Amino acid sequence: MRAVRVIPCLDVDSGRVVKGVQFGDLRDAGDPVELAHRYDAEGADEVVFLDITASSEGRATMVDVVRRAAEQVFIPLTVGGGVRTLDDAIKLLRAGADKVAVNTAAVQDPLLVSRIAEALGSQCVVVAIDARVSVPRGNEESPEGAAAVRGVNHEQVPGAPPERWEVFTHGGRFPAGIDACEWALRCQELGAGELLVTSMDRDGTKDGFDVALTRAITSTCSVPVVASGGAGELQHLVDVALLGGADAVLAASIFHYEEHSIAEAKRYLASRGVSVRPPNP
Amino acid sequence: MIAVLDYGIGNLRSAEKALVHLGVDARLVTSERQARGATGIVLPGVGAFGACIRALRSSGLERVAMNALAEGTPFLGVCVGLQMLYEASDEEPGERGLGVLEGRVRSLPSGVKRPQMQWNVLLRSERSRSRLLEGLGDASWVYFVHSYAPEMTDDVVATCEYGGVVVAAVERDSLWGTQFHPEKSGATGLAILRNFTRQCA
Repeated sequence: MRAVRVIPCLDVDSGRVVKGVQFGDLRDAGDPVELAHRYDAEGADEVVFLDITASSEGRATMVDVVRRAAEQVFIPLTVGGGVRTLDDAIKLLRAGADKVAVNTAAVQDPLLVSRIAEALGSQCVVVAIDARVSVPRGNEESPEGAAAVRGVNHEQVPGAPPERWEVFTHGGRFPAGIDACEWALRCQELGAGELLVTSMDRDGTKDGFDVALTRAITSTCSVPVVASGGAGELQHLVDVALLGGADAVLAASIFHYEEHSIAEAKRYLASRGVSVRPPNP
Repeated sequence: MIAVLDYGIGNLRSAEKALVHLGVDARLVTSERQARGATGIVLPGVGAFGACIRALRSSGLERVAMNALAEGTPFLGVCVGLQMLYEASDEEPGERGLGVLEGRVRSLPSGVKRPQMQWNVLLRSERSRSRLLEGLGDASWVYFVHSYAPEMTDDVVATCEYGGVVVAAVERDSLWGTQFHPEKSGATGLAILRNFTRQCA
């Protein structure tokens, strides 16, 4: 059977969990190992650590966080953020990570994906794709275009050109000039074992996932797709699983601030017809 | 001491850390000398079948595995560590496996996502009284990451449903194997590893 995974994501800055709103405005949310352990106990299917540390000292801290987490947390652990080379990937896997997520470095050097896949296996290579709705030139001022930019209108307007998304790098700062679906397919061909797709229009807004973006990627690619960005209530998880075809749903703030527990999320998903591994009793 | 064979592939620490967490003296070993005196052997494996078997051979640890299997030392193969015990794999038909178990490793059924990268329910064979799976509840969920799996044989004690019947665990005398990752399967996985360590006493 296919069971949708529920994945809490921890943004880690110099060894502490933080949660930003649209890639800025950081708030402290605790110790990553402690949180990962709590999520494991609640029935999380996997944990993602996203290293958002800028300094190189902070990066060494991350390897230590992974090592400590791997001693206590016995569910899959994915680490992303700042993975630039095969050596970075090896270091994290040796510390106890099961998968590494590459983002900006993969856009700059797509063969990095192949090198990691060949050396360590596709199962440990996740390509993280940050995407934003792209508005055709000249349409910026139209109501639909403006709404799309705000991430409000994700329904396809009849007769409108198909929606497109552009890849962004460096934590969402720079447009890469690549179409998200084309990039996703390329990553799969290069050996990515999974895609972590974040809607930057939705990230931190709690308005719900960009279901159309998720659908576009899941219908293009055959590897598992993790949907990310915008979870604000439990129904959003259901929508992206059922309508977007997501293989896994990733969320941060709804779990960190104890608005909802992992167990609640799973019970809700199950009650709406999404099969999940039941939460721990 | 339980020896976890470290032939330089992927994240092999997880298995060791899970065993240590259970209070077992488990060590990553890279040579025959380090493996001496082991009361149990764990053969992990991630990535491609061919890459794993070649790394195992060039590390010299193939002999450690074969000797342990011949002597009846409790042995656990995990994921590609299980697949390598078969004669061959469709993933790389030109490369021979260890051939300790009869049969081949086959691609997962078509029409489902590959890899299977998710938790799934263990379905126990009715007649099986597996020592490895002893004491588990009726609906035990474990974590899988794989695109290939061994074909059905008499050694199979548990399967899962993923586009068809997929082999999840095998058992023959003192040889056990799991296609899933017990070291990544939370409390259920730790219970399975604990069952294995009891066999190593």
